[in-house]
Formats: sequence, structure tokens, C-alpha cells
Amino acid sequence: MAETYIGAPIKRREDVRFITGTGTYVDDIKLPHMVHAAILRSPHAHARIRDIDTSRAEALPGVVSVFTLKDIGELDATVPIRMYKIPGLDKYLQPSLARDEVRYVGEPVAVAVAESRYLAEDALDAIDVDYEVLQEVMDVREAMEDKVLVHEHNGTNLAGVHHVSIGDADKAFAEADYTRREEFRVHRFTGNPMETRGIVAHFDRGKGELRVYGATKLPHLNRQTIAAFLQLPEHKCHFEENDVGGGFGIRGELYPEDFLIPFASVRLGLPVKWIEDRREHLLAANHSRQVTCELEIAARKDGTLLAIRAQIYGDMGAYVRTHGGLVPCSTGALLTGPYRIPNYQAKIHCVMTNKTGLGTLRAPGRVESCFYRERMLDMMARDLDLDPVELRRKNLVTPEEIPYEIGFTRPSAHPTILDSGDYASALRQALERFEYDEMKGIRGLQEDGRYHGVGLSYFVKNTGGLEPYEGARMVVGEGGGVSVFLSIAQLGQGHETAMAQICADALGVTMDAISVFHGNTDLSPFGWGTFASRGTVMAGNAVHLTALQLKDKILEAAARHLDVDASGLTLEDGNIVQPGTEAPALPLGELVAHMRESITPEQGVPELEATAYYNSNNITHTYGVHLAHVAVDPETGVLEVLKYLVVEDVGRVVNPLMVRGQTVGAAVQGIGGVVLEELVYGESGQLLTTTFLDYLLPTSTDVPPIDDLVLEEAPSPYNPLGVKGAGEGGIVGTAGALGNAVSNALGIEVKDLPLSPDRVRAWIRARGDG
Amino acid sequence: MKPAPFEYYCPETLDEAVSLLEQHGDDGKVLAGGQSFMPLMSLRLARPSVIVDLNRVSGLDGIAANGDGGLAIGALTRQRALERDAELPARNPLLAAAVPLIGHFQIRNRGTVGGSLVHADPAAELPAVTVALGADFVLTSAGGERVVSAADFYLGYMATAIEANEVLTEIRVPAWKAGRLWAIDEVSRRKGDFAMVGVALWADMDGANCADACITLFGVGGEPVRVEKAEQRLKGAALDDATLKEVERIVSEELEPDSDIHASALYRREVGGVLTRRALRAAAERGTEGNGA
Amino acid sequence: MSTKSILNLTVNGKAYEKLVEVRMTLADFLRNELDLTGTHLGCEHGVCGACTVIMDGEAVRSCLLLAVQAEGATLETVEGLADGDRLHPLQAAFQDRHALQCGFCTPGFLMTATAFLKENPSPTDAEIREAISGNICRCTGYQPIIEAIGQAAPEAGGKPRE
Repeated sequence: MAETYIGAPIKRREDVRFITGTGTYVDDIKLPHMVHAAILRSPHAHARIRDIDTSRAEALPGVVSVFTLKDIGELDATVPIRMYKIPGLDKYLQPSLARDEVRYVGEPVAVAVAESRYLAEDALDAIDVDYEVLQEVMDVREAMEDKVLVHEHNGTNLAGVHHVSIGDADKAFAEADYTRREEFRVHRFTGNPMETRGIVAHFDRGKGELRVYGATKLPHLNRQTIAAFLQLPEHKCHFEENDVGGGFGIRGELYPEDFLIPFASVRLGLPVKWIEDRREHLLAANHSRQVTCELEIAARKDGTLLAIRAQIYGDMGAYVRTHGGLVPCSTGALLTGPYRIPNYQAKIHCVMTNKTGLGTLRAPGRVESCFYRERMLDMMARDLDLDPVELRRKNLVTPEEIPYEIGFTRPSAHPTILDSGDYASALRQALERFEYDEMKGIRGLQEDGRYHGVGLSYFVKNTGGLEPYEGARMVVGEGGGVSVFLSIAQLGQGHETAMAQICADALGVTMDAISVFHGNTDLSPFGWGTFASRGTVMAGNAVHLTALQLKDKILEAAARHLDVDASGLTLEDGNIVQPGTEAPALPLGELVAHMRESITPEQGVPELEATAYYNSNNITHTYGVHLAHVAVDPETGVLEVLKYLVVEDVGRVVNPLMVRGQTVGAAVQGIGGVVLEELVYGESGQLLTTTFLDYLLPTSTDVPPIDDLVLEEAPSPYNPLGVKGAGEGGIVGTAGALGNAVSNALGIEVKDLPLSPDRVRAWIRARGDG
Repeated sequence: MKPAPFEYYCPETLDEAVSLLEQHGDDGKVLAGGQSFMPLMSLRLARPSVIVDLNRVSGLDGIAANGDGGLAIGALTRQRALERDAELPARNPLLAAAVPLIGHFQIRNRGTVGGSLVHADPAAELPAVTVALGADFVLTSAGGERVVSAADFYLGYMATAIEANEVLTEIRVPAWKAGRLWAIDEVSRRKGDFAMVGVALWADMDGANCADACITLFGVGGEPVRVEKAEQRLKGAALDDATLKEVERIVSEELEPDSDIHASALYRREVGGVLTRRALRAAAERGTEGNGA
Repeated sequence: MSTKSILNLTVNGKAYEKLVEVRMTLADFLRNELDLTGTHLGCEHGVCGACTVIMDGEAVRSCLLLAVQAEGATLETVEGLADGDRLHPLQAAFQDRHALQCGFCTPGFLMTATAFLKENPSPTDAEIREAISGNICRCTGYQPIIEAIGQAAPEAGGKPRE
């Protein structure tokens, strides 16, 4: 075995079922008597429902049931806000089915259940809805005028506002040598995991129990909401996640369908399956990004940053969903980045429009704020004739200043504190690895007829924390096999391997003796979720703590069995040994067998087990640098990313294969979002990008090989393992680095995205020489 | 996302196929490779009540020489078969170069030449190339055959001259002229996507000067767009920088594309000109080497 | 003519005869009628490649075929790649290189790569990149997939590794 399992590039055990096609995703669940649901969605961005006639649909052969909000009756519920509950947002919640108005294209209106999905879709075609079309409002600026209201009874489209105020920004601006003001815009795009959402709900009338497959990310919270909605005891609702085809923030949140499908099963007493198709996914699952920012910066002539001020506008869509004000508020949360900026003021606006609701996408808000800030720094460097790298280096928070308290940047009781890091060191290593200095000569028009540019962005990204805890339970069984039960969900990351690594090291057994189980609310009564790169931080530390407790219990039991003092014992590779003595090792399995057969009532339970929760509100922060080399064809506007580097300090690496996987995958997802992906609304509020022919995900030929350098220079002081989580560092800096690279190449200032050929051509045209 | 119900017929002869179409009139729809039509059915944007699947009709595929040194391509020939045809680059280099630009290889494995031509996506490669090559389409119905030139076949946005009772059975491509210069180029958002703008062109030279030329663009209108004014400008001229710049300007001026989510009309006009200039230069630089005849 | 039809085909060496709805796609047939759920549906309109299978030797999108069109065909799906417990070289290489995370797109990539390596047993990285450009992966960034296919190429002549 390796010196330690933590840090070793161990192949994932999850892989075997995936490469052999034997994984079990929610659509692979097939239950006796299962029926299939399809959902009728609004074709209008804003309309009043005059009437819904389901009689034709109900008469079709194979149709089991068609229901509308009327049938849900008093169980009617709304999608709850679970975080970033800015006052006011709770007046804009989404019902399970449209009440009397539809407010975005794709809003659920009715549900058809039939013997097959084909027949259920036939039923949708036969539902007659009489709509009175209303005026829609699609643009944040227009929405701010409140001439057209998304929720008329609320009287305004400004659903909520949050203020950040640190130091005295106005004073700093008044006294500064240099100020600049710019408006930046990040477009609307979304996660698009390869597996769409899906639910199989099975209400067993005899037992009065509900089993829901396809839950993930936040199974305990979703269970809590659905149990309350259906008026069932929570412990009689079992939420199982199965295998999950990616998350990226969008998957596993609670949506209207999470009410509708269990409701259908309870109503019919049959297992009901609903698998979202891709068009539905693009129309109905959370959209993300689309935050606009008026950013002002104040500095001394020498480049010393003094203050920033920001007006941030989040395009929330038609309903505030589970994330509340998270996307725009997170944009404000780390807008100051890794820099010493003592004065910071922001006003964050949550604005309603007739679009799909806004939710998270890998590093929500942080991708946006990094773009705004890093673009602004490049502009400032140009204005002040400073080297952009030197400008950054000068303002980076130093190791001596860390822990560095930025202040209260979130609607939270906890200030934002940068926990550990050597920011200048990461910058230096990034520049060296990228051969940044050697590339200085290639800026602008080159022999290949293209304009080349290099762009840099520096990011910090909060990981872990946000919700207070995760838990783990461990039980030693026959042969010394250790079962690890996690409270946290997995959406493709690799917990089954990584958590076994952590457990093996802390417990003193070999990894192959450990099995990790997750994704079932029966395994633990409570848990939060897999988001914000918190899996390794929260669940990893829970596993670590549980393993240490279990080890103590094992050694105490072994001490009783051997009649020695427990302090003289330890557990190594699954054997209880007495260091410094000639005593033979006692295999853990033997101890277990002995306890199983000979335990007496006085000695207690035969199980060796432990349960622990890692509980921390402290937020860790990874940090690092993105560097991009791009070439732009000035005549076609086509952008090619030639070289891309991500450097991230993750505190401590549990499995380098997986960390690299996260980094490279995130970078490609980021490049796709910045260059290709966009959710476009057209006339009458119609979403024009409802297939993968229109919504363009990056493919292998759209991206270069991604280089990555993972650092472990600054373990987090906040948790026993020192880990920080690695899921988002690869994406946070993409918009900033690419925006800077294209600006650098063309001598323009990129302020909005995506970097599509049409847009790039427009910038070149505006430059006047193209 | 599942197709609406339909009746399915799988004829084994062309006679059977066309009589089925005759019988079902506008309710009938031909299914060939299905690479464009199946998505439309799954999205329920197309809801034919009768499907006539051509895939088992014998005698509709294959690439043969026709009498005048040109090609007779069966409409059901898979795009991949063209791609794999070792002779094709010599017999018609422009067509050979166009095929790998269609979708991805899994799509070309199933997609047919005729299917792409009849589907008539304005941004597709094959309709533009057949127009550029002056190909003729053989349309067969129960009443017999008629031949329509590619240029006359395309009638506007996804509209063609084919009748509901007809099947495209063969594509006749005239002989490739010895010494002909050619190029195809396109800009798409991603590799394999439909083009935002594309151009397929050829030029026959008389010494240093162009004797005849054809410039066809795709993705810039409802159908393949031939820019005859630019062709005229080329005739008698050398393919020098000044001429090419001039052709670029003419193409940009002549195009009347629409805007969509991927590109504005202005972008398409500009880049249509740029691509034409670049393609002509590439054609001239490549010369007649590896040029078939 | 009918809305149902008898379908005979061979999948992973096993012959089947089934009565199917004519409008059922081949992907749905494999998944729902044969319980071969390794073939996944990511978009159902022919873009993502997750449903790629090999039909009569050629990689095709099973969402763009009707099941009835596979009459008489020989299909290979991801479930047929391994020989018992012996992984196919591509499968082993995908695990070695961490070429999958959520695993949802993986069967499509494996089938695409299987067909590709049969035609081009010693590809360059650029050729691999091109060959897989019709399959979308949202997790890996493609690079480990390219490495895995490159690793498997020498021994992936369609046979399981000894």
C-alpha cells in the first residue's frame, strides 16, 4: 500500500459499473405496474389561464390520469427558498403547477400519466388550454421600470435587495487618484448535466411509505419538503439517488416536478416515472449566470487598490427558486477576490423577468465577479501604464495578513475570511509554468493572420461550509469489513473511492476492506448536500472524525479481549497490534467474530460502530490563477483557445486523479460557457435554444488540452484534514482569463459575453479597422 | 420527446414505395437516413401519419459512373459511403471534400445523400455543392420519372420542388472538368455543426485567367445561394488579390441573409465575402494538383 | 402496415424476437424491451452521442433509428464489450485514465471509440479528438478520454485483453 491513501492516485471503484453499462441511473429503474408521466408546459412567457380541458386527453387509450392544480387542491405548495433568503423574495415563489397565470415558457400547467411515455406525450397533445396572452418583460433594465409586472399583485419586479458595505467606499472614491466605471454583463447559460432530471416515485399504500428514486444533491432537504407537502411522516419517505449523471448545481434542487410526481404516485397508488427530456431541461430546469454589474474602481496612481463599488443586477426569471438570491449575492460575496481592497460597497438587486428561474451553476456568481474584477484590473493597468501582473501582485493579500477578514459580504451571520494561502506563490508558479514572460512577444497580429493574446485571472473561491454539517456512520462487520454510510450525495464525483481513502488512513485498515454507501436518506436521518465544493471538506472530515472514534472503540474492545491496556494498542492495515512487544497481531476480523459470538448482555452491543458529524460554519477558500492564450481570426471572429492553464491550491489533495479530473473538466465547462453556450430568448419571450442543436456545449474539438497545476501549500486551518475542495477552481477564472486574452489580442475591452464569432466581429468592426 | 403515432411501411421495391406515397398523399412521409427527420419527429415538430421507410428498397444506393464521365449516385447512398469511396476525390474532389463536413461520422454512417438534399437545410453542405456542380435530381413517382436540376429544386426556406408522391432516387453529377480549381470552406460554431456561412466554388481556367466559375454559398439564405454577379466578375480575370478583393465585396453586397441566434445578417454578409475570397485563394494555391482529372 | 411489428435482431450475440411499437426508437427498445440500460439518452435528438451503439459494424445514434429499422441487424452495445469479468482494453483504459466521472456519456464514448479504433487502430491524438467530437461529455474535459483511447489503441483490435 501507499504510505497513505490520501494523496495517492487511486483508480475509482465507481468506474467498473459505469464502463460496463451496469450503473443504475434513475431512468434505469423499472418497477412493476409503473406508469409514466409527462408534463404540459406553458408555450407563453406570460399569460392568464382561462380554462384547462383535459377530457380529450383522459379519453385516450392508455392514459391513466391527467391532473391540474385543481386536483392538487389543498396540498398546493411552493418551491421553498433554502438559502440566501433576502427579505421579499418569498413573495415570488413557484407553485407546483401554474395557479392562474403562467410566467415563463416551460412552466408546468398539467400532468398526464399513461402506460408509456409515448402515450403520455400523446395525452399532452390532447389537453386544451385557453390562454389570454399578457405582456412579458424580458430585460432586467425594463423590468426595473415596473411597467410590466411579472407578479402583478406584488407591485414590483424588484423582489429583493441586499447591501454590502465595508469601510468607507465613498470617501475612498472621493480621495482617489484614479477611478473608472464600467458596466459588465454575463449572459444566461446553464449546467446541462448529460443526464437530465428524473424521478420515480412509488407510494406503497399498504405500508403508507413513499420511495423516491432520482433524488440527489440535497436528498434530506427535499424529503423534508415533500413529506410535509404530502403530509407523510418524514421517516416513511425514503429518498434514493441511484447513480447520477452529473450535477453542476442544477440537478437535485427541488423543482415543481418534485412535488408532482410523488403526488401522482400517492394519488394513483402506482409507481410513476418522469424523465425530463432535453427540451424540458433547457426550458424548465434552473438557468444560471446572467448577472449584470456596474463596477467602479478607485486606486492610487501607483496601482494600490482603494475601493470598489458595485451595482449588481440578477435576472432571477419568473420565480425565485431554492437558491433565493444566491447567484447575484454570490457575485457580490467575493468581488474583491484575493486583493486587499479595504473599502467595498455593493447593492445587489434581484429582478424578476418572464424567464426560467435562476439557480446555481458551478461557481455561481464567482465566475461572474472574477470576470468583472479581472477585466477591470486589466483596464486599470492599461490606463495607469502598469504591468497587469505587477498590479495584481502588488495588491494580493500576503501570507502575513492571513487570516484576512474581508467583512460581511454575504447575507449571513459570518464574515468572509480568507483562511490560508500564499497568493503570490501561486501567481509565480502559474507564470513560470505557462512561460508567461516568453509569450510576451506574441501579442497582436501574428504570421498566421490571427490576433493573439494572453489573459490572466486570479480567483479565490469559497468551498465547504455554507450549511453546517455532514455526517458519517461506520460499522465493522464480518471479516473486518467496514461499511461507511454517508449523509452526503454523489453526482459523479467519486466519494466511494475518496471517502474510502480518508477512512482507511484514519482507521488503520486497508482500503479494500472498506465499502462506502451513500445516496439514501435511510442511511442517516440528516444531511445537507453536495454543492459549493463541500463534499470533501464536510463529508471528508466527517469520515475522518468517525474513523478516529471507531478506532478508539475497536481498540477498547480489543483491549478487553486481549486483557491489555488500550493505550498500548493500535490498528495497522486491519490488524490490532501492540507496538514494541512480541504479541501477535489480532486481525480486526477475528475481534469481530469473537464479539459476534461471545458478547454478553453486560458487555453491551455486538457492533463496533461510530457516528460523527463534522460541524463547521467556517468557509475555506481555494485560490489560484487561470492563464489563457487565444488566437482570433479577425475576419471571421472565430476564437481558438490555444493553451490554457489552471493553477489551484486546494489545501490538500485526497486523490490527484480526481482533482485533475475536476479541474480539467471544470475548465472545459467554463470555456464552453464563455465561448459557446447561451440561453437566448426571442420574440414574445420564447426560448430559442431548446435543443442541443441551438444550445452549444463544448466538444472535444472546441477546446485545447488543459494544463493544470495543483498546489498544497496552504492546507486549511479550519478542518482536521486541511482540505478545501476542488470542484470549482477550474471554472471560476475562465471568463476573466478569456475576456482578458481576447481584449489583449484585439486591443479592445471585452465587457460582455459570450465570445461568439458574431460578437467578436462586432467588436472588431467597432474598432474601426476591420 | 417521443414521436407521435404513425403507420409504418417498409417497402422492398421502388414501385411499392411510390405506390404507397401515391396512396397516402400528403399524409405520407419518406424516411431515409433519419438523421434530420427523426429529431423532428421526436420533438413532434413533424407528425406524419404514414412513414414510408426507404431503407430496404433495393437499388437505391451506390455510386456509379454515368455515361458522360459524371456520377450517378443512388439517393440512399450513405454519406459515409461517399467518404470512404477511394475514387471519389479523383472523380469529384469538391463533393469528396464536402462530405466530411457533414455532422459527425456516426451521423454520416446513417445519413443519406438524398436525405440531406431533400431535407434542404439551408446551412447544409450537400445542397449547395449539388447546385455548384450543376447536378440533376431524378424524382420518381408512380407516374414515372422527372429530372429537376439542383438549382431548380430549391425553392426557399426548407422548400423544394419534390411532390408528396415522389421519391428522390438518383443524383446525377456532371463530369468533373480537367484542371478545374475548387474549394469548400465554412464557418460553424463547432466542428460538425451546420454552417453559419459556407461557400462551395469552382473555377475553370484558361491559362492564368478564369474562363468559367460557380460560387455557391450556404447558410446565408433560405436555400443555396449562387452569386452570379461575382462569377461574372471572375470570368476573364486572373485570380489575383485585386480580383479576389473585388469578388469578396460583390459577394458581401449581393447576399441577403437573415439573422439568427448564431450570427447576424451583417456577419453573414461580411464572412460570406471573406470565405469566398479565401476559398478562391485556396483553390488557386492548390492548383490542379490532386485535382482528379 | 401496422402500429406494431415483429422485430428480429441480434444484440451482443444474443438473438431476440419481439413485438414492438413501430414508433419506438431503437434506444428505447434496447433500454425498455431488452433491459439493456447501458445505452443512455442524453438528448434524444442525435447530438450528444450518449446512445451510440454499433449496428452491423457501424457506430450509429440509436435515438435516431426506429427499432423496426434494426430488423435483421447485429448490434453491439456497451454491455457486450467486456468478456465476462475481463474488461475490454478501452474499458480498462477509461478507468486507468479517469476518463469518466458521472459515467452517463461513457457508454457512448466507448462504442464510438470501439468503432473508430477498428478503422484506425493507431490514431494520433488529433484524430482521436476529431473522432469523439460527436460525443458530449460534461465532466472530464475530454482530455482523459483522448488519453484513454490512445492507451487502448494498440490492444483494442476488437478483442478483450488477455
